[in-house]
Amino acid sequence: MHELSLAQHLLDLALEHAGQAGAQRVTHLHLVVGELAPLEETSLGFYWDQVTLETPAAGSSVHVRRMPLQLACLDCQGTFEPGGATWSCPACGSERVRLQGGDECYLEAIDVEVEPRQKELA
Amino acid sequence: MTRRLAVGQRVLRANDDLAAENSARLETAGVFSLNLMASPGAGKTSIIEHTVRRLAGRFRLAVIDGDLATSLDADRAAAAGARAVQINTAGQCHLDASMVQRGLDALDLSGVDLLIVENVGNLVCPVEFALGTHRNVLVASVPEGDDKPFKYPASYRGMDVVVLNKIDLLPYVSFDRARFRHGVEVLNPDVHILELSCTTGEGLPGWLDWLCEQIEVQRQPIEGVSGRA
Repeated sequence: MHELSLAQHLLDLALEHAGQAGAQRVTHLHLVVGELAPLEETSLGFYWDQVTLETPAAGSSVHVRRMPLQLACLDCQGTFEPGGATWSCPACGSERVRLQGGDECYLEAIDVEVEPRQKELA
Repeated sequence: MTRRLAVGQRVLRANDDLAAENSARLETAGVFSLNLMASPGAGKTSIIEHTVRRLAGRFRLAVIDGDLATSLDADRAAAAGARAVQINTAGQCHLDASMVQRGLDALDLSGVDLLIVENVGNLVCPVEFALGTHRNVLVASVPEGDDKPFKYPASYRGMDVVVLNKIDLLPYVSFDRARFRHGVEVLNPDVHILELSCTTGEGLPGWLDWLCEQIEVQRQPIEGVSGRA
């Protein structure tokens, strides 16, 4: 359900940047989303089609680059992607580990169409 | 002509901005505030009731209650002695900064020392939506199991305090406290973990002491800052 909120926020953000660049249409959106961010792509796509209707982003596609959950070991300084339900360092066995990445959720870039300026009519 | 524009901003930037406004209002009014999150049934409302009953004589308390429907929780908070505002989210699974802004509008903040925002019972997304409160508090409970930080890491991260409620049930439920604490600490290195039972009252003084300390700190005027209410 929160994908509807995310879709609306995403649309506002994309249109703001497209507007600043004088673009007429938004065609592609490039998102970076960590494994920990609660975003389900099918659901987002469903709401995206609804919220973009009759906006400059109608018909655009959202591309999601997923980032894995990454933990850092405080003892051997290594980083790893945990598997299963244990979060011990696979290299040294330490349990002193910290979250390093995987909770990001940001709009990296958008592709827009900008009409070349028409020459003013005399 | 097609162009690629670099954006590099959080999807929820607009919500973050609004949360910053809420935060400034609370700061100016000298109100200490919590965003209380949990799965349904973990004991958020019970903790609020106990907190309000025990602190109402000392501090002026307010509660903003987020729920899909009904004002049951706000009614309980009000009956315990707090000023309570109910926000029905009409199906939304979380509170966001704009809903809390409406809640703040409905309260006279100059007469409040502690504001508790009770989020919608949900372990999926509330933490994504910043509200502008001072501290994030997650209420976990023993019957949910010790594996929840590992299964719901998204919800267990970004917490300042994790309260483990219903510890009176520990003799009856298989729950490994060390495993639970490990999961919580991996996600939140500086987290404060408290264990309590709303049923027996065990551990409640620790929670109330922490809270009172935070409220007192917030009420003290910051040196060099003028115009603070």
